[in-house]
Amino acid sequence: MKIKATRQFLIETGDITRFSGRFFVELFLKGGEYAETLRQCFFLGYKSIGLVVTTGFIIGLVITIQSRPTLVTFGAEAWLPGMIAVSLVREIVPVVTALICAGKIGSGIGAELGSMKVTEQIDAMDVSGTNPFKYLVVTRVVAATLMVPLLVVFADVVALYGGYLGVNLRGDVSWNLYWAQVLDSLAFGDIIPSLAKTFFFGFAIGLISCYKGYTTRHGTEGVGRSANASVVISSILVFILDLLAVQLTDLLQLT
Amino acid sequence: MSAEAYTNDTGGQMEPVIRLTNVCKSFGTNHVLREFNLTLNRGENVVVLGRSGSGKSVLIKCIVGLITYDSGTIQVLGQDIQSMRPLELDEVRSRIGFLFQSNALYDSMTVRENLEFPLRRHRRRMSGQEVNRLVMEALTNVGLPHTVDMMPSELSGGMRKRIALARSVILNPEIILYDEPTTGLDPITGREISGLMNELGKKYNISSIIISHDMNCVKAVADRIIVLVDGKCFEEGTYDELKNSQHDNIRKFFEL
Repeated sequence: MKIKATRQFLIETGDITRFSGRFFVELFLKGGEYAETLRQCFFLGYKSIGLVVTTGFIIGLVITIQSRPTLVTFGAEAWLPGMIAVSLVREIVPVVTALICAGKIGSGIGAELGSMKVTEQIDAMDVSGTNPFKYLVVTRVVAATLMVPLLVVFADVVALYGGYLGVNLRGDVSWNLYWAQVLDSLAFGDIIPSLAKTFFFGFAIGLISCYKGYTTRHGTEGVGRSANASVVISSILVFILDLLAVQLTDLLQLT
Repeated sequence: MSAEAYTNDTGGQMEPVIRLTNVCKSFGTNHVLREFNLTLNRGENVVVLGRSGSGKSVLIKCIVGLITYDSGTIQVLGQDIQSMRPLELDEVRSRIGFLFQSNALYDSMTVRENLEFPLRRHRRRMSGQEVNRLVMEALTNVGLPHTVDMMPSELSGGMRKRIALARSVILNPEIILYDEPTTGLDPITGREISGLMNELGKKYNISSIIISHDMNCVKAVADRIIVLVDGKCFEEGTYDELKNSQHDNIRKFFEL
């Protein structure tokens, strides 16, 4: 049983590698689907802003409220804005936003492409002289790669605003002082690596979801499985990529 | 061999537009097609009859290059389908319509966008007005001009089939491949679809291969019938010839 599962895992890993190889080949082939890419950016990015901004705001507020007692114990309450800024921007917001995108974007792409696969819409596209891989996969992966970082930037700003409200629930820090402390505590080495890794998060979410949807089998049951697997595998990959990014940042002494 | 040379060789009334020679296709140990031969002449409607799982759908998917076959040759409009480069294959596909069993209308697009899709791909220089004219003409042909701005999910099964048929003919193809065009439809709608297939075939001089179990549809559209058994052409003839066949494999279809 274990051998069978291991074999299946290795086969799937190989298939995903081939799928991503095909993505890069098709990406640089002439005849880009620019209009469809923009449309996907709108659907994946713009339509996720509300969710991402809401969660970003709540995270900022909650992290601030929960961090305060510990800092008060050590008499370091004044460090609160700086501390939450670093933890939010470097780690919490990128990872939480990526997980939300894995749920929303991943399940959406997995189910949409899966449904198109089992109802022969992808074959119909192929027959009508359109390269379905380029039209459906390349556009969505590119859109996810570009939109997730943008959503993270939005979420960062709103989370920091939530932090400002959290600080002022039990304290009295002016708007200018709060932002001065936040910006003072954030360095180049905090922002760039945290933003860079979100491109990889977006790429992983887009690629895995497209792979799962595009290779769906076994009818409508398969569509559900593809949507589910898109979310699960994308989420795990977000954590793995985050771990690698932290190690790399540490290795390059960007901290 | 180029399409032009092919036409010149054969010429005249019986010009083959599709020719399958000794085509074999297996999925693992399941031999779906075994040295299968078929010729479709211009303007002809050939029905492929066979039991479920006998490889009929695989056959027409091989013809448009959606599935690769193991051996033999498939020539479509004089060109070998498996040895073509992607752009050449796209060019040939633009001359073939394909009606899928599930209709395969794009769920996220309106009826207009569904019909515009192949036009935008193959007639890039066509003006918006011309595209609109062709879309409306195709919809009028199938009697559904009022559905132009509706979503596929708002349409009945028969309407979706008609829209799919309109999409299949919008590029004015020389050949249409029908995969069970009347399956899942009530007998009246099935008859209407069969009538439309005949009407459009005559109007645009289309040759077609039809996969069907529906004997009413078969009777209405078939110039010639090929019975597929165990991956091979078991029998071939007109509807009346096969109806009088004494062989069990054939009689069963006509007794339904």
